Amino acid sequence: MPGPAPDERMRPEGRRNSQGIRVDPEAEVTHEPRQAVLSALVKHRPGVLSEVSGLFSRRQFNIESLTVGPTSDENIARMTILIEEPEPGIEQAKKQLQKLVPVISVMELEPEAVRRELALIKVGGEKPDDVNAVAEMYDGQAVDASTDSVTVEVTGSKQKIDAAVEAFRQFDVQEIVRTGAAALERGPTTLDKDD
Amino acid sequence: MSERASVPAEDEQADDESTEEQAPVTTGAQSVVRALENAGAEYIFGVQGGAIMPVYDALYDSDITHVTMAHEQGASHAADAYGIVTGDPGVCFATSGPGATNLVTGIADASMDSDPMIALTGQVPTDFVGNDAFQETDTVGITQPITKESYFANHSDTVGNDVSEAFALADAGRQGPTLVDLPKDVTQGETDVEPMAPSTPDTYDVPEEADDEAVQEAADVLADADRPVILAGGGVIKADASNALREFAMEYEIPVITTMPGIGSFPEDHELSLEWAGMHGTGYANMAITNTDCMLAIGTRFDDRLTGGVDSFAPDADLVHVDIDPAEISKNVYADYPLVGDARAVLRQLFDAMPRAPDADEWREQCQDWKVEFPMTYEMPDDEPLKPQYVVETFSDVTPDDTIVCTGVGQHQMWASQFWEYTEPRTWVSSHGLGTMGYGVPAAIGAKLAAPDQEVVCFDGDGSFLMTVQGLSVAVRENLDITYVILNNEAVGMVRQWQDGFYEGRRMASEYPWIPQFDKLAEAFGARGFRLEEAEDVEDTIQAARDYDGPSVIDAHIDPGENVFPMVPSGGDNGLFALEEDHLEML
Repeated sequence: MPGPAPDERMRPEGRRNSQGIRVDPEAEVTHEPRQAVLSALVKHRPGVLSEVSGLFSRRQFNIESLTVGPTSDENIARMTILIEEPEPGIEQAKKQLQKLVPVISVMELEPEAVRRELALIKVGGEKPDDVNAVAEMYDGQAVDASTDSVTVEVTGSKQKIDAAVEAFRQFDVQEIVRTGAAALERGPTTLDKDD
Repeated sequence: MSERASVPAEDEQADDESTEEQAPVTTGAQSVVRALENAGAEYIFGVQGGAIMPVYDALYDSDITHVTMAHEQGASHAADAYGIVTGDPGVCFATSGPGATNLVTGIADASMDSDPMIALTGQVPTDFVGNDAFQETDTVGITQPITKESYFANHSDTVGNDVSEAFALADAGRQGPTLVDLPKDVTQGETDVEPMAPSTPDTYDVPEEADDEAVQEAADVLADADRPVILAGGGVIKADASNALREFAMEYEIPVITTMPGIGSFPEDHELSLEWAGMHGTGYANMAITNTDCMLAIGTRFDDRLTGGVDSFAPDADLVHVDIDPAEISKNVYADYPLVGDARAVLRQLFDAMPRAPDADEWREQCQDWKVEFPMTYEMPDDEPLKPQYVVETFSDVTPDDTIVCTGVGQHQMWASQFWEYTEPRTWVSSHGLGTMGYGVPAAIGAKLAAPDQEVVCFDGDGSFLMTVQGLSVAVRENLDITYVILNNEAVGMVRQWQDGFYEGRRMASEYPWIPQFDKLAEAFGARGFRLEEAEDVEDTIQAARDYDGPSVIDAHIDPGENVFPMVPSGGDNGLFALEEDHLEML
């Protein structure tokens, strides 16, 4: 004889959602995915990038971009990682990241943190003046020109780059390359290197 | 936890007058061995090979005992079991390429179960790395996801430090495996740099006590509970917190459920014990989990084999979760009261913070009633065929409390955990998270060397035993007094059980009609072999095997129709368990 059915239990109304969170039957809570910017200081040594990217893929965290580069301390690199996850996932990603041995410190940046991306857009060289005009609209500039092509550089927020890329479609776009985001908190807040 | 790690190497050398002055190191390989000596390693389980030969050469002059295993997988499982039984990292060696890849299963196993282990692998010389050289493989790349950290040693001067750090890291905080990959030129290269004393990386923090306010809040909730339970996981044993758990539970009279890795953390013969919960856990433990209003969970990661579907797991419980790894908090089940810290330290804090014992007389009675309502039983026909549960139970009855039980993975593992009575920590040595068939034979070797004065029994299945049977040659050579009991049903029984239950009895690749005669196979290896078929012979056969001074193998031909119950189907509701085959259809 199996155990009694749920409605015969001491508190039959008790229940959790699929994320293991106990829910009030009157007010079901669901967590929508949101975008988060994680900034991490890591030891600058071989293998760190693969360790971090491997973590995100094997735990199925939805990663939008990852940038890595040196800091003022040559032994330390900074990674900026954009993820899109429901709430428990973001917290979990932070904690799993912190657990990696080469990771020194991790924080989630405020939504209003300074975020910059860069795009290089190569278009046909037929209308260089028109290309320049559009580039100026997005604070961009031509960085290379030949008889057949013009390459324009644009930096800014993701939205601005999206708009710039869209605007350049009126020309003969030959190639586009975009970076992920680099981001820093506004104000005096910094990541602790001694963590 | 890592008492050894805090002892500087210089002191150890200076204070220990019994050993002669250690010669200064001259090569990277000697520095590797010195680092292991400084860390207190007594045994290494390994297999020789080209790229690791310099390290073996340095071992020639060391007091560390090397146990040559028959296969690298066995080396990693033996080291894992050694780590479980002693609490200190087990050490395994393998060469590059196939040696390293053969270790992988055991490393992954240690990772899933947080067992302390350090693996050292040979690697092709640095100049050859990346060229697809003979026996080259990207060992660090392969093992990074299944270790706490994998190190690539890049210089003879620092290779000893890499090993020291890896050893300390395996032992510190939430234990687990680490690996150091050793290119041949690095170990062969000259150096006079002595390795540093074992110490963890500067980026690695180990929490001790939990926040006092959070502890007080949790204690208040627990004291107010009507239906409290403790869920003790493997972390309780890893933190040497079994005594603290016993004191806490007995003082405040709170029923205790363990997870499978937590078996032995609380004595199963105590009235407050509900034994272990989960897919094949006791009905009473699963009932208590399903009906509790406050669960104190300690050192558990809420594996799906424990929780079933999380939506129905402890659905009405305030959850207090104690864990040393912050990443386990709210990973699978949301913790209302997270307490990050060492299990023993936090249990002591909770003990002091409890305002009173919970008023739970009625609840404790209810738990006792469930023991009566859903007892752990099996049918024991007077004659044929032999029941596996009877073999386990009989063995349990005649052996001392500190007997160590090792297992493979499958039905036999469940019967060994259900029908043996565990009362002491570090007496249950099994593969939980990874579920590695073949774990048993080499694990028993590691366990016996870790605890030579304790009796070691290994229950195995016919399928599981065959996967690592070559390890028997090691047990014979080392004359290890281990009793292997094969609960032989001529099948991969657990798979067959699922095929019968969930795949309409379509037994694809689960039956072994070609199984060898294990008693004769044992004799061929030089062990004693016994064939057991009748219930009336069980006691005598066990006695004869125990009396034999050396490894023995009992090939117990059990009822092939016997399946494991109770059972909560995968992803199911713990409160709805099948006690027999027919119940599965009702769930």
